[in-house]
Amino acid sequence: MLDILKSFEIFLQDTGGGETYLQWLLQAWGWTLAVSFAAWIVAIIVGVTVGVLRTLPNRYIAFIGNTWTEIFRNIPLLVQIFIWYHVVPSLFLSLKDLPSFALVFVGLGLFTSARIAEQVKAGIESLSKGQLQASLALGLTRTQAYRFVLLPQAFRIIVPPLTSESMSIIKNSSVAYAVSISELTMFAMQAGEETAKNIQMFLATTILYAVSALAVNEISKLIERRMQFKTSRVGAK
Amino acid sequence: MNLDFSFFTADVFSSFVLKGLLFSVSLTLVAIIGGIAIGTVIAMMRLSKKWYLQKPAIIYIDTFRSIPLVMVILWFYLLIPILIGKPIGVQLSAFITFTVFQAAYFAEIVRAGVGSVASGQMNAGYALGLTYAQSMRYIILPQAFRNMLPVFMTQSIVLFQDTSLVYAIGAYDLLKGFEVAGKNFNRPTETYLIAAVLYFVICFTVSRLALRVQKRIQIIR
Repeated sequence: MLDILKSFEIFLQDTGGGETYLQWLLQAWGWTLAVSFAAWIVAIIVGVTVGVLRTLPNRYIAFIGNTWTEIFRNIPLLVQIFIWYHVVPSLFLSLKDLPSFALVFVGLGLFTSARIAEQVKAGIESLSKGQLQASLALGLTRTQAYRFVLLPQAFRIIVPPLTSESMSIIKNSSVAYAVSISELTMFAMQAGEETAKNIQMFLATTILYAVSALAVNEISKLIERRMQFKTSRVGAK
Repeated sequence: MNLDFSFFTADVFSSFVLKGLLFSVSLTLVAIIGGIAIGTVIAMMRLSKKWYLQKPAIIYIDTFRSIPLVMVILWFYLLIPILIGKPIGVQLSAFITFTVFQAAYFAEIVRAGVGSVASGQMNAGYALGLTYAQSMRYIILPQAFRNMLPVFMTQSIVLFQDTSLVYAIGAYDLLKGFEVAGKNFNRPTETYLIAAVLYFVICFTVSRLALRVQKRIQIIR
């Protein structure tokens, strides 16, 4: 038992670059959270926009929204990341100087936006048609109807699936290692190889992933509670 | 930047990509069959009222669902050789990892599927004198599986896309096939684009099929 504990002393050892493995681990965690958070912002903004577009009566706009969703949903994330990293800069030379961090969070964000768009669309469509009609009858414009009537209701419905997407972003950010972002997975691979203490490195990494996902889960539970209707629902006690 | 796809002939496809495609497809199929088999057992344990069956199932499902697949792939590749005492190839390691990992996801689907069958069905089974296990086996599960078919197919698309993550241990899958071809002809930009198109065509076709199946199931009900 003591031996096992002792083997974790590796984290206090110097990496040879003036920092301990623990410091490196925490920095890697920071990168994972940074990629995930930036991607999440992109995913929410684009996802809600595309989701709303797909519910509009204009067929062409809806078609663009649907195509967007299909493209980003049906290509593996890793392939999308490689395209952002290898293909996009060589096609658009002006993007050549973008740091890989930016390419990765945009790639991960747009990949997730397709999933969020799907949920936003489903959320809006689950509301009764009367909601939109009543809003329009009251003299609201379509924009106002979405802003004040449809979206607030739809959001309550989609918080649970949105939570699982947000947790997925943290897990999916692990593909960033493939384009040399020094996040947790990259740390696990490199530190494991350097120290030959793979198990310890993997364990620390895995725990941090689980902790991050759990934190997201707790935060959204809080949001869910605050967003609940004050009035009791039909059939509820 | 001008793109040139002319190097990508049928010959290039069959000598670089085909091998990877076959691996990705067989990895998907094995993980679907194995994952559904193990996943169903775990779902039954999860639904059981006995704590010594339920608790391990909860731990199994929650563990695999909270760890990134890339990390699971790395863990298995590290641990299996330690456990069995001899090295294991990347391909076999991938087969085991994906089956075990997907079982956690399929278990949740099966659990939801069982929940979608009206509770009166179980009572009817009891009334006919069937035991719990018999009602589950002959009445509930067959209906649940039919309801789950579209979700199974959607999950299979996700699974097929996820096979690209074996990149982490260097197995020769579809993506790797394209990458090797791209390196050989010094045309990485083009090969990544073709890879994206091929993945898209396969996944889009299956997702359309899933939609159709869903419509058919709705009509029967």
